[in-house]
Order: sequence, then C-alpha cells, then structure tokens
Amino acid sequence: MKLLVAVKRVIDYSVKVRVRADGMGMVTDGVKHSMNPFCEIAVEEAVRMKEKKIASEIVVVTCGPKQCQETLRTALAMGADRGLHVEVSGADYESLGPLQVSKLLSAIVRKEDIKMVLVGKQAIDSDCNQTGQMTAALLDWPQGTFVSEVVQEGERLKVTREVDGGLETVSLKLPAVISSDLRLNEPRYATLPNIMKAKKKRIEVLTAEALGVSVASGLRVLRVQEPPRREAGVRVETPEQLVTKLREIGSI
Amino acid sequence: MATRAVAELGKIFVRPRRWFLGLSKIRPCFSKSYHSANALESRTAGRTLYAPLQTFTEEEIMLKDTVAKFAQEQIAPLVRQMDEQSHMDESVIRGLFEQGLMGIEIEEQYGGSESNFFASILAIEELAKVDASVSVLCDIQNTLINTLLRKFGSEQQKRKYLPQLAKDMVGSFCLSEPEAGSDAFSLRTCAEKHEDYYIINGSKMWISNADYAGVFLVMANANQAASYRGITCFIVDQGTEGLQIGKKEDKLGIRASSTCAVNFDNVKVPESNILGQLGQGYKYAIGMLNEGRIGIAAQMVGLAQGCFDNTIPYLKQRVQFGKRIFDFQGMQHQISQVATQIEAARLLTYNAARLKETGKPFVKEACMAKYYSSEVAALASSKCIEWMGGVGYTKDYPIEKYYRDSKIGSIYEGTSNIQLNTIAKLIDQGF
Repeated sequence: MKLLVAVKRVIDYSVKVRVRADGMGMVTDGVKHSMNPFCEIAVEEAVRMKEKKIASEIVVVTCGPKQCQETLRTALAMGADRGLHVEVSGADYESLGPLQVSKLLSAIVRKEDIKMVLVGKQAIDSDCNQTGQMTAALLDWPQGTFVSEVVQEGERLKVTREVDGGLETVSLKLPAVISSDLRLNEPRYATLPNIMKAKKKRIEVLTAEALGVSVASGLRVLRVQEPPRREAGVRVETPEQLVTKLREIGSI
Repeated sequence: MATRAVAELGKIFVRPRRWFLGLSKIRPCFSKSYHSANALESRTAGRTLYAPLQTFTEEEIMLKDTVAKFAQEQIAPLVRQMDEQSHMDESVIRGLFEQGLMGIEIEEQYGGSESNFFASILAIEELAKVDASVSVLCDIQNTLINTLLRKFGSEQQKRKYLPQLAKDMVGSFCLSEPEAGSDAFSLRTCAEKHEDYYIINGSKMWISNADYAGVFLVMANANQAASYRGITCFIVDQGTEGLQIGKKEDKLGIRASSTCAVNFDNVKVPESNILGQLGQGYKYAIGMLNEGRIGIAAQMVGLAQGCFDNTIPYLKQRVQFGKRIFDFQGMQHQISQVATQIEAARLLTYNAARLKETGKPFVKEACMAKYYSSEVAALASSKCIEWMGGVGYTKDYPIEKYYRDSKIGSIYEGTSNIQLNTIAKLIDQGF
C-alpha cells in the first residue's frame, strides 16, 4: 500500500509570532520555521506502518516556496521514501488555503496511485483543520479525523477518533484519508545517520499547472491583529469584594 | 472543538512536547535565523557573493534543530539531578548513541553517520546550551577518540572499534598524569616491550569518561631513552587485567562528566594494539588536541548562549523601581556587550572549524577560539548571575551551574595560558 503524507512548513512553535507592519500577515523573514507538529505525527505513523510492512512506500508532499524542501528533507530523514514539492510562490502562496491544497493533494493521489492519505489535523499557523476533510470530499473517500489509533484490518482501517467527551471507533474502507491528533504517536527524532541518508533521497518538483489545478483563492484577508494584551489582575480580600468586582465588570 | 480537545489532552502524555506545553515559555533564540548554503553559489553580475560564517548546509541545519530538540526534551529534565549526583544518566548516553551523535564523522561502512567536522561542532554547541557535561562526552568521543582511530587506525583496528564507538561504546583519552599536565610530554607511564606484546605501568589523572569507557587510548612511553619521541598510543580495552579505574574527582563543575584516575599495573597489551606508529604518540596527541580545541570552543559558546537564553526572560519579567530590569540602560549596555562577545566567540569558533574542514592551517585560530570562548563563557555566566540577583545565586535557576561549568573551559585541552603561548609562538614565527 502506497501512502501519501502531506506536510506543512510553519513558523516554529517556540517562536513568538509578530504581526507584519501592514497588518496582513505574520513576520516570516529571518524567523525559524519547522514542520507543523501534527504533520510530524502523520509522518511518524506512516513510517511505523512501513516498519510493520503495512505500507510499501511513503511519498511525502508539501506545497509552497523553495524553502519548503527543508520540511520535506526532515520527513525523508524520519523515514519517508521520496518527496514531492509542489512549488507555489508569491501571491499564490500568500492565499494558499486548505481548498487549494486539497485540490493539489487529490490530483497527486490520482497520479500516484495512492491508497491512503495522512495529514495532520491542523497546522499551528492557520489552525484551519480542513485539509483532510476537503481532500476526502474531493476524492470521495472515507475519512477518519482526529485520529489517535489506526489499525489495519484487511481492506479496512479501524480508526479511533478523539471526540468531545471520549473516543469514537469507526471502520473505514480503503482507500481513505486520516488526520492525526496529538496522541496518535510520539514522533521520533531524525537521527544523524538518517539525516545523511535523506540527502540521497529524491525530491521531485511539480507545479500546480502541471497537476491541472488552479490555486486561485476566493478568500481575501482583510486584517490580521494581535490578541488583546492581558491586563494585570487585582487582589481582593473577601468574597464580598469579589462579588462586587465581578458585578462591576459585568461578569455576573 | 479540536483546539479545546488538544488543550485538555495535552496534560496527559509522557514525552514532554515542548511545541505544545511550552508555548507560554517562549524562548526567543538569540541567533535563530540561519541561511541555507546556496549563498555560496549566488552571483550577481559576475561578482561572487561570499557566504557569511553562519551559513549551514541543509543537513547541518537539520542536525542543529534535532539536537536542540533532543537536548531540550530528553536531557534538560535530568540536568539538575545529574549535577547533584555527579552521575550521567544512562538514558542520556544511550540517547546520544541512538541519535548518531557519538559517531558523527565515522564512515557509514563502519556504522557511523558519515557527516562532517562542522556537524560535530554544531552538535557540541547545541548540547552545551543545555548541559556542558553531556556536551563534553560527545566532544571527546568525536573530536579525539573517533578521529584518532579513523586517522591512524589499521583497517583491522577500525573494523573492530569504529562500529562499537558509533553504536554503544564510549572511549576515553588518557594523556594527563599527576606530574604531566600542561607539560604533557614529561609523562612517566611506560610500555615495556616483550616478544609481541607490551607491559604498561603508570598512572593517569583527570581522565574524562573513564567511568563508563569501553576502550582507552593510552599515551605511554615505549622508549624512555628517546624522551617524548618514545611516546606511543596504545589501545587498551576495558576489563584488561591490571587496568584500574580509580577515584572519581569531586568537581566544581561539569559534575555529571566522570573524571577519574586510571592506573596501569602490569597491563599486557598485544603489539597489534599500537595505534599508528611506534613513537608517534606525541604527534598524534598534539594534532588531535589542536582540533579538539575547536570542540571545546563550541562547548563554551553553547554554554554561554544557554546561560544567556535562560537569563534574559527573567530580566524582562522582574520589575524593580517600577520598571523591568531589562529597561535600565545600565543593564542594556551590559547585556549588549555580553551578547556581542558571545557572537564574536561563535564566529571565531565557526571560522576555525571551517578552516580545519577545508584543510587550511587552523592551529592559531583554534587556540584563539578556545581561549576566547572560555573567557566569554566565564564572563557571560558570571554576569548572568549578577543580573538575576538573588535567584541567580540559588540552585532554583540553572545559572549558577553554567557559572561552575564554565571554569573548566580555561583548564582542559590546554589551559588558557597554554593557548596564549601557542598563539604567541605562531605570531613569532610569522614575523
């Protein structure tokens, strides 16, 4: 079974993000980037499937400018077999959203004879949580989202989903789309020997046009702003004072 | 829904996920933006643009990131306990091997990572940001032990030792003696020849990693009459009869790194265990220490940066006289000075490492890097304690440990005075 894992390059989780002066996005120049942590979990799951001989090949794909190849290399160092880089840059990259990425992913799925698509449930930059669902819809495949466990059972997948208040277990017919949640696994570190081996793995560069996909977006960003600054608290001496204060600010 | 689910689930799992749990503890990294290597090739209108020193290859960037992550997640939680107990946790040593960090330059055919010298420097620096003791373990293995075997080992020796050194065996470099520190070549440990074997007798002092080493590279004199030209490097396996690991030193800093006396009491070593040529040991040792110094420089740069990174957030938080400590101009100037010195030390170190890698003369630059980085590490960590005030002086914060750890930089692999001697010698030769 051939797997496709989609990964996204995002501003590193440890960086304090700043809004750009024009209020239309984040400052990304000179800022450390890394693979979206949920995508890391998806890659790890694919690698484990390959180690268990469930998967025969892992193709990892990313959409974006040239720097995104670094993210592909990380996935290759974790154990993916080869990379696809759909080069999207400039204004197209600025407006690239889940719908455009889903179209690109489904075009690749058709081209590559993929049996299963793994994505992170959401990216820590845009927090959209849509790519997996949209890809499944475009392919008309079953989907398992917020997944914390995947077990293959013949031509089906038994998938455990993290839902509000508990876990839901569903059975999906392959081919299918899976989106990883936090507890699916604990991703490995890319070890140095594997980093060196990843250098020799192939990355193929594609364009949206070659895939027959239009990446035009119908969405327009109006404004990006910082969350309001947290105000300092006040100390109260008695429960009565607390109630008065809460009344004052209209909380009760 | 999804985001909330994450928030609730986040508390449960075992492996610390800094990307998730640590969001409130954002650590602005002082030199976080680095560039990929292609700058070297970029040309404008026939004019070559030279890459800045902090230009890394894609692999180097990945290595740096992955070591930083490993150090934060797997080593940081153990640092204080390892320091208190003067004991390196087995999981850390195992982790270094699993990550391929103990055989960075060892060729793939011997089970190593087959990366480059600069990668070792980056790994040593990143580890030192979190713990200088772990850093020196990685440093000695890569820049001394592995390099000696790779350069001078026979094919048979390489086949026997390199795969183990890359996989799970720590090596130890035995040069210093009670009477032979900076004056290393007055060493007294001797190797007496018998038929096809040697008998080694003597004592070594301040030997790093001796406690958990599986193999020792021992400098012993096989021909006393020839003075230092008799010094030969012998490979001695742990468990060889007569090899005793002595008392563990109770040290000021890098306490988790074991430093012991090693005694040789009629230790029988076959002639085939001579590394390289008879009587060339002093040459090998000097050569290795020249490279090794760049590693120590990297360790000191990492230490200084780690200490600095742990201090600045506090200065931005702590308010006195109605403003943040960081907002006092007197503080800002001190902080900027130290930041500049750390940057300068890093550039000296990277330059020395790149010189070495490209096969150019590097001895003077390596001495300068090691000397200066040690000074900067001592100064930076001392300043950080002062800036933090009372809490900097307590063990609740890691700052005092960085301060204690920094002192070793001006002592081992050639004291600061020895570095200055060598620099002066090379200046003298140049005029």
